Amino acid sequence: MASAPRYWRENPSRYNMVGFKCNNCGKFYFPPRIICPLCHRKSVGKTEPVKMKGTGAIFSFTEVHEGMDEHNLQKPYILAMVELDEGAKVTGQVIDCDASDLSIGTKVRATLRKLSEEGSAGVIHYGYKFVPLRENGERPRDE
Amino acid sequence: MRRVAVIGVGITEFGELWDSSFRKLGIGAGLSAVSDAGIYSDQIEALFVGNMSAGRFIRQEHVAALIADYSGIARDNIPATRVEAAGASGGLALRQGLMAVASSLHDIVVVGGAEKMTDVSDVESSMIQSSAADQEWETELGATFSGLHALMATRHMHDYGTTREQLADVAVKNHRHGALNPKAQFRREINRNVVLRSPMVASPLRVFDCAPSSDGAAAVVLCPLDMAKKFTDSPIEIVGSGQASDSLGLHHRKDICTMGATRAATQRALKMAGLSQKDVDVAEVHDNYTISEIIAIEDLGFFPKGEGGKATEEGLTSLDGDVAVNTSGGLKARGDPIGATGVAQAVEIVSQLRGKADKRQVKDADVGLTQNVGGTGATVVVHLFRRV
Amino acid sequence: MKGVGIVSYGAYVPHFRIVPDEIGKVWGVDGKAMGKGLMISSKSVPAPDEDTITISVEAARNMMSRCAVDPKDIGALYVGSESHPYAVKPSGTIVAEAIEASPDLTVADFEFACKAGTAAMQACMGLVGAGMVKYAVAIGADTSQGAPGDALEYSASAGGAAFLIGAQKVIATIDTTYSYTTDTPDFWRREGRVYPRHGGRFTGEPAYFKHVLSGGKGLLERTGMSPEDYTYAVFHQPNGKFPTRAAKQLGFSAEQIKTGLLVSQIGNTYSGAVPLGLAAILDEAKPGDRIFAVAYGSGAGSDAFDITVTDEMATFKRDAAPTLNELMANPKYLDYATYAKFKGKIAKERD
Repeated sequence: MASAPRYWRENPSRYNMVGFKCNNCGKFYFPPRIICPLCHRKSVGKTEPVKMKGTGAIFSFTEVHEGMDEHNLQKPYILAMVELDEGAKVTGQVIDCDASDLSIGTKVRATLRKLSEEGSAGVIHYGYKFVPLRENGERPRDE
Repeated sequence: MRRVAVIGVGITEFGELWDSSFRKLGIGAGLSAVSDAGIYSDQIEALFVGNMSAGRFIRQEHVAALIADYSGIARDNIPATRVEAAGASGGLALRQGLMAVASSLHDIVVVGGAEKMTDVSDVESSMIQSSAADQEWETELGATFSGLHALMATRHMHDYGTTREQLADVAVKNHRHGALNPKAQFRREINRNVVLRSPMVASPLRVFDCAPSSDGAAAVVLCPLDMAKKFTDSPIEIVGSGQASDSLGLHHRKDICTMGATRAATQRALKMAGLSQKDVDVAEVHDNYTISEIIAIEDLGFFPKGEGGKATEEGLTSLDGDVAVNTSGGLKARGDPIGATGVAQAVEIVSQLRGKADKRQVKDADVGLTQNVGGTGATVVVHLFRRV
Repeated sequence: MKGVGIVSYGAYVPHFRIVPDEIGKVWGVDGKAMGKGLMISSKSVPAPDEDTITISVEAARNMMSRCAVDPKDIGALYVGSESHPYAVKPSGTIVAEAIEASPDLTVADFEFACKAGTAAMQACMGLVGAGMVKYAVAIGADTSQGAPGDALEYSASAGGAAFLIGAQKVIATIDTTYSYTTDTPDFWRREGRVYPRHGGRFTGEPAYFKHVLSGGKGLLERTGMSPEDYTYAVFHQPNGKFPTRAAKQLGFSAEQIKTGLLVSQIGNTYSGAVPLGLAAILDEAKPGDRIFAVAYGSGAGSDAFDITVTDEMATFKRDAAPTLNELMANPKYLDYATYAKFKGKIAKERD
């Protein structure tokens, strides 16, 4: 799937979590959609790209042991579904922590990491991953 | 709309079939279904083939034409159509065949499903399977197909207290059933410890929570019910068919512990058949992961939401339970050649309703159900079958 | 250059560490003694999904969260590093997109061994001072490479810091900068090679010390200041020994360099070294404090800076991003095998 443009066109959402708001119903969506799935045609012309704050809470998570080639160096890694503060849910990795540090409800924030690369000669793909937040807002660290 | 019956079924062995090519599998299943129906190939009016990803597994597209060619029916230039909806490709092909006969467009139709998965590496195979999820917003962000099902499992355990042992019980039961099925990929019983001590795939799911990669094919022959008696003494009518969709990405679902598409497809199929869940004696459900069967038996309405694990633990889905689930061994033990799976489910139900399921026969089985899932639940096809 | 200075700053250090003893064990070297000699107790290790770009983005986002500057007012962004992930294709474009500064700005990647970040700061000062741009971003970041078994392996680490340079609401003015540059091949990496080579002890007296001391003395001469006028001093820190000795020779005390000396905890962050040390100082500096900084880049040159913390610091939103102490706290220590895997030192069959 070596395709620079395929990843490039999604940069705003991959780098900055630019999602989508329907001003007909007021709901936020991430990843972005083309029309509002609730308002259908009524949403046409009434939607706007909106940057998510990138903070939210873990809705569900798993430690992935059998993965794809791209993630071999990180195995096992944590995959989560995160409920963003805006209400949309998003899938992504949780990094710089162990699965035992996490539970459903753990607060996280988005950061930018390498997602994959097209071999050693191809384009590198960057995008959001999540790190746990401590209650006082500082970066999470192992004890 | 005409009533439609299954008059012949065929299935290959499922497993790592190193000697068998895609075309050999497809022809094998088709030929046994045609022989079972007692028809000749010049009577076939149309072919539908369920296949998920021959393009990536064997780099061959245009597989319906390939099967038509190698089965010889292409000589009569009959229409051959491939149907794709990831894991639900087979079930969806059956629905296309059903519609073709019900609408009077065709009389005798063959529906096949086939996948040849073992010509690629395990890693490649798992990447191909994950292409049933959202490539841009799930897979690229690190989601594997098993990982997405693990997210469902974690949440189901959190919300309903489903236990790790209950997940294991699904695999134990399906292996027990598979041991009785001569066509199954795994024909040996296992116990809970085998599941609980198997290597982790995506917590809490372990190797024995996951269906294997398989080669295999299955086929059924359909015709109008009023013609069926010409070919067989035991036609099985397809009394209900429901198909439904949902968001491609798991994260866009209203509830990741519920497959809304299963619920909708079930309601549609039951309504068409004029039946209720209580009427179902035997069901083949899409247990590509143990959690999938627990969610399926809840969303099919066999058990209340959250009680699928408990029902499995109590044996309510065993051969002698309230509703016998996955008597073939399911995807877990029979095997899961993706495009073939939905059709293989129909083959099993037809065998049960004909009373020809040998050691795994459900007593007095009258109504059977199949539930076939594409992706993490973005496509679901449910069919209801009944003895005539 | 009156009034030009630092408007905001942000830092980033990876989560993982390795200790010298763990490295020494593999190569039959007394790692503890090696660490003691280098005055390095652990070094930071980037995760497999981190590189100079992700470190720069994290530092730049921390920088932006501490100020109210509209990213569209940023007219220039330079990333200084000797480990840009691409040989051709800028790191800075990704950083600019990630802080939403695109597209009305100029971007380029800088390279001058370990002083590329401070060279970027000077370029930014020039652009702001000349009125060509309102704000400019200078980043020094690296995921430096030490060949397996080489002495550099005990120190080469990862991290970076970003500085928003401007002329309004400046928390620290950069009053004077002076550079000292000669052609001295003490350390290099040829195009297409993974690991750098170095001249061993040649990297010391004729390289690091000659340039750092000349840069430092040159700055003191030009400003008419003396070491005791400064609250803080920070020097390039390839190990703990070099900056400690250079400081002493210039007349700075151990107390003055303590805050900016991070090498014992995180190793040599190359282009990130003086920028991170400066960030650590800004984490605690008060209005009126003076900071003396000298960066060194092999090849070779030094960039010296005379910095004064302003009254703006009193109301600066320092807490809006993690401090160096927070960034460095509670790391996860790796064994050599995991470290080697993370750094891609284990050869894997690739298609």
